[in-house]
Amino acid sequence: MEYTDKVCEYFRNPKNMGRIENPDGVGTVGNKVCGDVMKIYIKVNDDIIEDIKFETFGCGAAIATSSVVTELAKGKKIEEALKISNKEVVDFLGGLPPIKKHCSLLAEDGLKAAINDYRDKQKNSAPSPIKSEDKQL
Amino acid sequence: MIYMDYNATTPCDKRVLEAMLPYFGDEFGNPSSLYQSARTAKKAVEKARADIAVLLGCAPEEIFFTSGGTEADNWAIKGAAFQLKDKGRHIITSRIEHHAVLNTCKSLEKVGYEVTYLPVDKYGVVDIEELKNSVRKDTVLITIMYANNEIGTIQPVKEIAETVKEKGVYFHTDAVQAAGKIPLSVKELGADMLSLSGHKFYGPKGVGALYIKKGVKIAPFMYGGEQEKGKRAGTENVPGIAGIGKAAEIAAKEMVEEEVRIKKLRDRLEAGIKDRIPEIVVNGHPEQRLYNTLNLCIKHIEGEGILLHLDFEGICASSGSACTSGSLEPSHVLLAIGLPHEIAHGSLRLSLGKHNTEQDVDRVLEVLPGIASKLREISPFWNKGK
Ligand SMILES: Cc1ncc(COP(=O)(O)O)c(C=O)c1O
Ligand SMILES: [Zn+2]
Repeated sequence: MEYTDKVCEYFRNPKNMGRIENPDGVGTVGNKVCGDVMKIYIKVNDDIIEDIKFETFGCGAAIATSSVVTELAKGKKIEEALKISNKEVVDFLGGLPPIKKHCSLLAEDGLKAAINDYRDKQKNSAPSPIKSEDKQL
Repeated sequence: MIYMDYNATTPCDKRVLEAMLPYFGDEFGNPSSLYQSARTAKKAVEKARADIAVLLGCAPEEIFFTSGGTEADNWAIKGAAFQLKDKGRHIITSRIEHHAVLNTCKSLEKVGYEVTYLPVDKYGVVDIEELKNSVRKDTVLITIMYANNEIGTIQPVKEIAETVKEKGVYFHTDAVQAAGKIPLSVKELGADMLSLSGHKFYGPKGVGALYIKKGVKIAPFMYGGEQEKGKRAGTENVPGIAGIGKAAEIAAKEMVEEEVRIKKLRDRLEAGIKDRIPEIVVNGHPEQRLYNTLNLCIKHIEGEGILLHLDFEGICASSGSACTSGSLEPSHVLLAIGLPHEIAHGSLRLSLGKHNTEQDVDRVLEVLPGIASKLREISPFWNKGK
């Protein structure tokens, strides 16, 4: 396991972990194959992600990327947060071992799923084009 | 550092290292040559052969040196398959073998052999009846491991050998995790071939041996010179062979005492973890299990995370989780004993050995519960209300 110091640091002391009571959006994404599961909770105010928390069942890479994606998204406008990519998350961590790249895919997907869930709830009735359930376990 | 990964490898015993050094130095001769230093080297090889023979209760002529456990497994399986190809092309093995056996069998499937992979029960034990029913007219080899490297389960090898004898099929056992840990007698077992590896019992890496019972004919593995009676050509790894011989000599003398000591530590570790961490599963057979091995699954969390946290504390262990396997699948052994993916994902193997102390066990008991709760705190599967 050749993780960068940054990955180890984030794995060891993840930020924004836990859950939010009465969240405005929740996204659960999982990698059925390797089994990693990530759940992201968001609280939105004025189109801004005011609070964000994660729960992750997975390896060091999955936990570190969860933490980073929540930090990158916190305080951002929804539109901006949707632009956060896996690459950005991985670059932030100084890279991941090639075999671990798939674990990091959850970060972007998880955030998008939470935002989609928020938007679905906002619209209340009209279904969004990408249903968050598609990604759910 | 606290090392609890002795099933992965062991540190070389100082006495072993000392036994090896002369053959890197003054006694560097090629055992096949005629002069003095060559004769000394030749003697060292034969002394090692005799020491391994004592460990296994066989004749020295029945021991063939290899480059390790993997080569011994490859040779036994391919050697038997090629030797008997006109008699039949069916091989029986189990689903929990080491990859050295499984992937060798798979390679034979690609060239026209058929392989039956026997299932195991929840403890990892092969069903003898199922084995009997799987033997066909064209079965040429049965290969079932002695003790499993991940969960430590010990197979009823003697019974298997008896079954096999009735059917007139070759029987090989991968005893890489058993040799040097527990007393073995190939005579008593009735195995036709048995693999072992030096670095699993305080010998050097890259040297192992295959026991081939007198009268059992298998195809050579390496072609070349006349070393190892022409069956395994190549100038002998003299220092390595001297080392594995010394390791065998030491194991034969000390393993029974070690067993008592290490089993106590393992049992204390197991009981302590069960006391301190809720919702765990201990894998492997409750009794028929290597005395040094503790394999458990901590539910709702993932193994690599556990290993990383243990590593921060200076504790070395291993896991069969998908994220540590290098593939995307959790350990084939844990799946074969019927664990669901998400539980197999949380596996932790602690395997003890010579240098572990009570303090080591206490240290693990001190830090592991905290690691489990920390990871459970961030797991979406952990019910925090509890
Ligand atoms: C059961 C078993 N068979 C075979 C091997 C391979 O042995 P070696 O590392 O000497 O090639 C190992 C060790 O990893 C093992 O545990
Ligand atoms: Zn992962």
